[in-house]
Amino acid sequence: MARAVTQQRKIINTAAAWGIGLLIFFPILWTILTSFKTEAQAIADPPIFLAFDWTLENYAVVMERSNYMRFLWNSVIIAGGSTLLGILVAVPAAWSMAFVPSKRTKDILLWMLSTKMLPAVGVLYPIYLIFIKLGILDTRTGLVIVLMLMNLPIIVWMLYTYFREIPGEILEAARMDGATLKEEILYVLTPMAVPGIASTLLLNFILAWNEAFWTLNLTAVNAAPLTAFIASYSSPEGLFFAKLSAASTMAIAPILILGWFSQKQLVSGLTFGAVK
Amino acid sequence: MGQIKLNQVTKRFGEVEVIPPLDLTIEDGEFTVFVGPSGCGKSTLLRLIAGLEDITTGHIEIDGNDATNVPPAKRGLAMVFQSYALYPHMSVRKNIAFPMKMAGIDEAEQNRRIDSAAKALNLTDYLDRRPGQLSGGQRQRVAIGRAIVREPAAFLFDEPLSNLDAALRVGMRLEISELHERLKTTMIYVTHDQVEAMTMADKIVVLRAGIVEQVGSPLELYHTPRNEFVAGFIGSPKMNLIKGAEAEKHGAATIGIRPEHTDVSKTEGMWKGVVGVAEHLGSDTFIHVHETGLGDLVTVRITGDIQAKHGDTIYLTPQMDKLHKFDAQGLRIG
Repeated sequence: MARAVTQQRKIINTAAAWGIGLLIFFPILWTILTSFKTEAQAIADPPIFLAFDWTLENYAVVMERSNYMRFLWNSVIIAGGSTLLGILVAVPAAWSMAFVPSKRTKDILLWMLSTKMLPAVGVLYPIYLIFIKLGILDTRTGLVIVLMLMNLPIIVWMLYTYFREIPGEILEAARMDGATLKEEILYVLTPMAVPGIASTLLLNFILAWNEAFWTLNLTAVNAAPLTAFIASYSSPEGLFFAKLSAASTMAIAPILILGWFSQKQLVSGLTFGAVK
Repeated sequence: MGQIKLNQVTKRFGEVEVIPPLDLTIEDGEFTVFVGPSGCGKSTLLRLIAGLEDITTGHIEIDGNDATNVPPAKRGLAMVFQSYALYPHMSVRKNIAFPMKMAGIDEAEQNRRIDSAAKALNLTDYLDRRPGQLSGGQRQRVAIGRAIVREPAAFLFDEPLSNLDAALRVGMRLEISELHERLKTTMIYVTHDQVEAMTMADKIVVLRAGIVEQVGSPLELYHTPRNEFVAGFIGSPKMNLIKGAEAEKHGAATIGIRPEHTDVSKTEGMWKGVVGVAEHLGSDTFIHVHETGLGDLVTVRITGDIQAKHGDTIYLTPQMDKLHKFDAQGLRIG
């Protein structure tokens, strides 16, 4: 009997998991479906789920109207650049916090996290003015820097957690073996932390890719990434849901594919050390 | 050359003084063992010598040069850690090559040294494996190999055998002793196991709470312990320490007699007692005797197997020339 109960519970759990998964995924699914409808069907009441005339017209219009590749390229540069730069800054920082902690290390970590609690709009003016002064408004360089700074606390925290799992004796052994600090980080720490660094890279790439506040406020034309591409379709001259959906689908497709292929890495990275 | 000299070395962690001022000289080529109960500061002392911890005050000299502020990489010492501390992402060959790569030794010489170390340590068949695919004993050999190829001024061992099972430990103990015989390099070995200390050391440094209680050869410590602590720590089973009236008869606050220096009889002797537990090892018999009127349980060790069981009456007679006497401060008399 006990076995039957377990089986029943298993079915309920599986169904519940699928239900919640679908609930979370539904907005994205709906966006993708809408992108294949005509504008009229997109706003039809009651909504049409699947029985509509599938069309690629929205994609054709979007491709014709905007230079998708330019937005895509900006997104790649900004998300990739800010993530790589963030890792370069965060590895030494996380190293020092994990392996030579001081009395204040915990405070610094919490303080860094606290900057994430401030609404971004609170520092929009100062940053905007600094960007004008430095002449980096609407440049990819400017966005790489600002997104790197925004995500740095998370990168440092994640790396710190991974580094803490690495036994300090191995780094001490490297020191005894004659490695300089640079060699110790390069040849011993980094290779050992590869899974952690990879999932940090991935998560922050996704965060930077989807970041919409700074990318919308600090760009106009030249550095505008895919978020700006989507925003340009939530148009003031009336709602074109189907085209907006097509633009959104095109914007999230690359990151969705990346996430799909690296989901194993991502999950194991995010739950790393959870059982220890 | 590998003489190591500590001059008035101290170490504090915040307000806690782990090592009070300490002087110690380790001669070139000597096998020195730091031994003491856990928390006595022996590992800290080793880490100070290695340079992995900064000393608070004092000086460390290696080969006559002041090494106090020299980083660990530049001290010319090699260390073997309790957890082996191998690089898990590198093959055995790369692990052993790492210190040579850091030192910029050319590849032909690297390979020559790796091959000779692998041969000496029976690792030739495992050079392409990762540490994760090796047993504990093999991992420890790789760690030793990594230390040997550097041709260091001295080897530092931090409880290298504690993670191994008993049988393997005896084997590795012999291997390390043989290595020392062959290389004649200074070795400093930290352990809490006094058997390891007694069997391997040229010189034992007994530590308690960061203080050196006694420095000497294993047999010096065994025959003439400077105080009650050393007397109780060195030797297995432990020396019997007897206080009170019986000690006063000998003009001491405490007298000590080792289990192997007590004669046993069923009919007559100095102290009468009752057998509590008799442990038969075949080669020896340990008898724990109580109700002797001496306070604590008295342990005796008899060569061979003798018939003694719980509740038997037994008479003990210490060998007078092997009796240790200590004053009220616990220091040796005579």
